[in-house]
Amino acid sequence: MSNELSFSDEQAMILDSAREFCREKSPVSAVRALLDSESGFDSATWEEMVALGWPSLAVPEEYGGAGLGFGSIVPIAESMGRALLSTPLFSTTLAAQAILRAGRPGHKEQWLSQLAAGTPATVALLDGGDWGVENTSCAATRDGDNITLSGEKWFVADAGVAQVFVVWCELGGESALLLVERDQLAADAIKPHTLLDETKRAARVSFEGVSVAAGQLLDAGKADAVLRDLRLLGSLLVAAEATGSTGACLDTVVDYLKTRKQFGKLIGSYQALKHPTVDVLCKLDAARSLIYHAATLLEEAAAGAELDRDAEVACRMAKAQAVDALTFAGDRAVQFHGGMGFTYECDAQLYIRRAQYSQQQFGDAWHHRTRLATLLLDAA
Amino acid sequence: MNSAVNAPSQTELDEFRGQVAAWLKDNKPTDPGFLLPQTFMEVGSDQQLDFLREWQHKLWSAGYLGMAWPKEYGGQGVPPVFQVTADAEMRRAGVPIAFNVIGLGWAGPLILHRGTEEEKQKYLKNILSAEDIWCQGFSEPDHGSDLGNVQTRAVRDGEEYVINGTKIWTTMGNYAKYMILLARTNPEAERKYDGLSFFLSPMQVDGIDPRPIQKLTGEYGFTETFFTDARIPASCLMGEEGEGWKIAMQTLQYERGAEAGAAGGLMQVRVVIEDVIECLKGVTRDGRPLLEDPVIRDELVKLMIEEKAQGLSNKRAAIQALTSDYPLSLNLSSKLRSSEYARRMRKFAVAAQGAHGGLYVGDGDALDAGFWQRAYLNNFSTTIGGGTSQIQANIVGEHVLGLPK
Repeated sequence: MSNELSFSDEQAMILDSAREFCREKSPVSAVRALLDSESGFDSATWEEMVALGWPSLAVPEEYGGAGLGFGSIVPIAESMGRALLSTPLFSTTLAAQAILRAGRPGHKEQWLSQLAAGTPATVALLDGGDWGVENTSCAATRDGDNITLSGEKWFVADAGVAQVFVVWCELGGESALLLVERDQLAADAIKPHTLLDETKRAARVSFEGVSVAAGQLLDAGKADAVLRDLRLLGSLLVAAEATGSTGACLDTVVDYLKTRKQFGKLIGSYQALKHPTVDVLCKLDAARSLIYHAATLLEEAAAGAELDRDAEVACRMAKAQAVDALTFAGDRAVQFHGGMGFTYECDAQLYIRRAQYSQQQFGDAWHHRTRLATLLLDAA
Repeated sequence: MNSAVNAPSQTELDEFRGQVAAWLKDNKPTDPGFLLPQTFMEVGSDQQLDFLREWQHKLWSAGYLGMAWPKEYGGQGVPPVFQVTADAEMRRAGVPIAFNVIGLGWAGPLILHRGTEEEKQKYLKNILSAEDIWCQGFSEPDHGSDLGNVQTRAVRDGEEYVINGTKIWTTMGNYAKYMILLARTNPEAERKYDGLSFFLSPMQVDGIDPRPIQKLTGEYGFTETFFTDARIPASCLMGEEGEGWKIAMQTLQYERGAEAGAAGGLMQVRVVIEDVIECLKGVTRDGRPLLEDPVIRDELVKLMIEEKAQGLSNKRAAIQALTSDYPLSLNLSSKLRSSEYARRMRKFAVAAQGAHGGLYVGDGDALDAGFWQRAYLNNFSTTIGGGTSQIQANIVGEHVLGLPK
């Protein structure tokens, strides 16, 4: 526990340039322009992110990446959250981590370098609405050199653009992770969800009858551990993104409190508004300390190594704190904008929607606290 | 002041750390059979006072207090890092506090930095040895959070000042030999701050009457201190008349510990969430261990997350790249966050005890001898004293977020 929180010059540079990039590419006008678009992101912006090397940061150099730790993605995720900038970066990053951690000989050379080069990919984990289940109804059967799937997956982020899906399924009663390519799916396999957060895209994806070569199966012995790590890494990405969004939400509230007058006074002078706004700041500060703590622990871990107990605790704490902070901030942002806050035109709606969506992704705060209780209260 | 002394090597420090640890192991006081104060604001009985006085004297005699102060004034004349190391070991060992806090952490360093040679000779060694207890006379009954508005009067009369007024929340006022006193020498000053002066005042003087205040815990620890035509020597004035505000602000910076000039020693017993869990281990609810109850577990984990975040935020405060949004935030909100967390954690520790939560200090069946009940009530001194949490929230809102007054 000697190093609980540190931030290298390299990470500071990443944070600086990511903030600048996101601010420039994703002003709120650009965010709103994409709300009813099909993909939810601007492909030119995504291509620039690829050119900057963001999808390949935590991919080892031998597979075309920058060879940094997973902690280096945290400042990017925070910056994207701050600008409400959505792209397939998180989905692609998680799929790459799955392949990095459980890929068999040949997988990394074939797939990881593609993902590092910007081919969008995603992970398909959920069967329904419960992040806490330990088994999946998505079944795989082996038939000679082929594997055939049945069932569907929910909340598959960026499914519409993903070229590769890492699918959690059960094979012979055991968890397995299977790589499925876009063109192996049925034409009508992808049914977009209508999401509360209009800046995000996710879909129900049917894998019914999909048949792929057995060579697309990731290392079966590692499936359980990698599945657990994927959920933790996903939690941290959402936590970092939510922390950024909380910061932006706070700025929005503060701006309004400093300019809006009622009863002859700036409303920010009223303690009934001032004090809860300070609460938002304090919750944000806690979230920020926790995400960079998790980033510190992950940055020091070897690439692809299984997350240890401290890292698990850190990711879960970060997720629980960050989404509770954003949920509180978004809620108060709508309320404090008064009548304006009730309109679609007011930016507060973007944050309150983002808040409840982030709360659910990779398990809500209760989900993580329940697991933290086991880790922290039942040990020894 | 130790710039002439070379910084110690890591080996020297490690060796020293070992020495302190060994000494503490041999000399840590055994349980006295009554509850000890967690902070210097809780010294409410002669029994507690005698115990803590003896402990501080022992600590100093062993050479582990005031280490960075010059030898001629009772210190060791070594770099502050030794004291910081000793303090860390004391915290680890869980020994009692060094209770003469106003002397060790406020008056002492102040005298060291700007006192006369005579003042240094007269006061410093006795602060370290716990011979002389010091108290602080800043707050007044009508001006809780507004220090600049101090109304206690000090009028020069020949070789004396005549003091009239009332101070409140004087810690150990009934035990103290000296007070650092902020009083108004010039009511006509254009700025209210410029009319204040700073005194090193004796307490055992006719006309100074410290009356113990009974706290909500039922215990004592503070006095309300009445000054009625009290005459103190003019030589008690520190600096010049009108410099009181500046000097009072200077005393606040020593709070940062030995590196800033304080003598060191533990100012408070640190209480952490693991202590709460330990206390609750034997408690049952619905016939099952309390710590298996999902609601209780969720509450506990929330507190654990908050405590973890507080510690991490202290570290983040030193990383510029991660504090650029609101650079003052972590420092200015520190008191608000930590005192409010401490209050809620103690409140939970009492509330979760089941029927035991209704027992108090003195009842033989109380868990941890009623420690949590008393700690919860006493903790309000941190959410009220030094500017209430509500004032703190105003300060953070206005100075960090830039919200209008």
